Amino acid sequence: MTATISTTPVTPTRRRRRSARLSPLLVAFVLVPFAVESVWVFWPALQGFWFSLTRWDGMSPPTFVGVDNYVEMAGDATFRGALLNTVIWLVLFGGLSVLGGFGMALVLQKERRGVGFYRAALFTPVVFSLVVTALVWRVFYQPDGIADTLLRAVGLEHLIRPWLADPQTALYAVILPALWRQIGYVMVLFLAGLKAIDPALHEAARMDGANAWQRLRHVTIPQLKGVNAVVLSVIVIDSLRSFDIVWSLTKGGPYHSSELLSTYMYSTAFQSLRLGYASAIAVVIFVLALAVILGYLVRAFREEA
Amino acid sequence: MNKLRTGTFHTGMILLSLLWLGPVLWVVVMSTRSFDDIAAHGVGSLPRSFTLDTYRQAWTDGGELRALINSMLVTVPSVALSLGLAAMAAFALSRFRIPGRRTILLLMLAGNLLPPQILLIPVAKFSELTGLYDTLWALIAVQVGFGLGFYTFVLHGFMRDLPGEIQEAATIDGAGTAQIFTRVMLPLTRPALAALGALSFTWIFNDLLWAITVLRTDDNMPVTPALLALQGQFVSSWNVIAAGTVIAAVPTVAVFLRFQRHFVSGLALGAVK
Repeated sequence: MTATISTTPVTPTRRRRRSARLSPLLVAFVLVPFAVESVWVFWPALQGFWFSLTRWDGMSPPTFVGVDNYVEMAGDATFRGALLNTVIWLVLFGGLSVLGGFGMALVLQKERRGVGFYRAALFTPVVFSLVVTALVWRVFYQPDGIADTLLRAVGLEHLIRPWLADPQTALYAVILPALWRQIGYVMVLFLAGLKAIDPALHEAARMDGANAWQRLRHVTIPQLKGVNAVVLSVIVIDSLRSFDIVWSLTKGGPYHSSELLSTYMYSTAFQSLRLGYASAIAVVIFVLALAVILGYLVRAFREEA
Repeated sequence: MNKLRTGTFHTGMILLSLLWLGPVLWVVVMSTRSFDDIAAHGVGSLPRSFTLDTYRQAWTDGGELRALINSMLVTVPSVALSLGLAAMAAFALSRFRIPGRRTILLLMLAGNLLPPQILLIPVAKFSELTGLYDTLWALIAVQVGFGLGFYTFVLHGFMRDLPGEIQEAATIDGAGTAQIFTRVMLPLTRPALAALGALSFTWIFNDLLWAITVLRTDDNMPVTPALLALQGQFVSSWNVIAAGTVIAAVPTVAVFLRFQRHFVSGLALGAVK
């Protein structure tokens, strides 16, 4: 095979269509990455769906049981608890990080003295792994740790409890560090969006007598539509994926009180070795994420058009 | 009035920054305290001692050195491979009329949006089948495979917006596809590659889930899971755990400080595209 050089760059006019012959090199450029992703992502994903219809301990071959796993799920209190916690996680972690990140971006959008430092401070935790974040906060929650010391200092010692070991507080004690790390990330996304807004729009609105709130409501937020969609997708996908922080702080306990679908799936798979049932939980996570994934893809598709 | 507002702004922001940096500084300080000091006064107390022996303990007894080496052995090849493959795919898909290119691109992106949970069991089983289970190769492979879609998508957006004339000029000068890719496109894509490089370094370095899915032996664990193990090993030695935490955080902080501009623009790149 001769190395034919393909000379069909996408020209801005897009009308001229010259010879559609592709060099083998170009084909390889697409096929090799695609094959790697197929082996490690597409094929495993398909297998995951299949496994969810089986009973399997990982040793003997899987046996097909139809929708038994999904039927079992309906009666599984731990699963329902994990589902509820995942929804709480989505609302609190997702909602508050968007509000917090957007708020901080608004406050810190104008270049002025000190802003660089404040932005950097809020952003610092983003570069830490969630395990590092978890250990930092563990110190905070320790008996006689920072939280207890602070509460004592302001005379609220009756509130002191084993924050991570109390089923009433464990989930929220895990959400807090997750938020601490996520707000800076969301802030950066919004800062980029705010920077792209034409200042003339704000100027025009001000001339028309719009106050700060009206400008935010009718200029800033509509102008951020694109960023909002991305942030929303990122937040939902991140929330459903959240695993590290829970695993490092509580492993879903005590008594499954901070269990998310992701941690329940992991312990069912790799500790209880119920691979079929765990796959079914994974499928539920996938279904929950599906709407967002599709929305994201549709947006991407439109942009490519 | 204006002065008052500025004052309120700075007071509020300094307090908030303290809330963000305070816990980090606390851990750094704690890593230099002696065991007896913390045992006697609690982790919430102010320091009354200073030692760096904690770092030696975390570094050698705690196995952080081994773990850091593992992390680098996984992270560096994973970043290089996934960005290289993604750049190839993005180049072909953005600059040539490859049939079905839009579908391929979106399919690859879709793979990256999947919740990893659906992949964990099949990937663990597949690496057992291929004999890669519990080796760093398995971790590299899955990091490359899973990250590719997103990197391809971002690089595609970047390359598509480069002017077509450059490529035409190179073609007229007799450059082949490979030369256009390595000599023309890659240099022009450098900002995006740097941004994605800094980002993917921290993502892969900080990963926990994939590591504990395809690895089992303690000696093979990268730094993130090793830090969890350290916590089990030094149960109440908070100073050693703190030192281990600092060690685990230093590489990503260093990458961030070195590539700060790229890092932030990388996050924005993914978002605004």
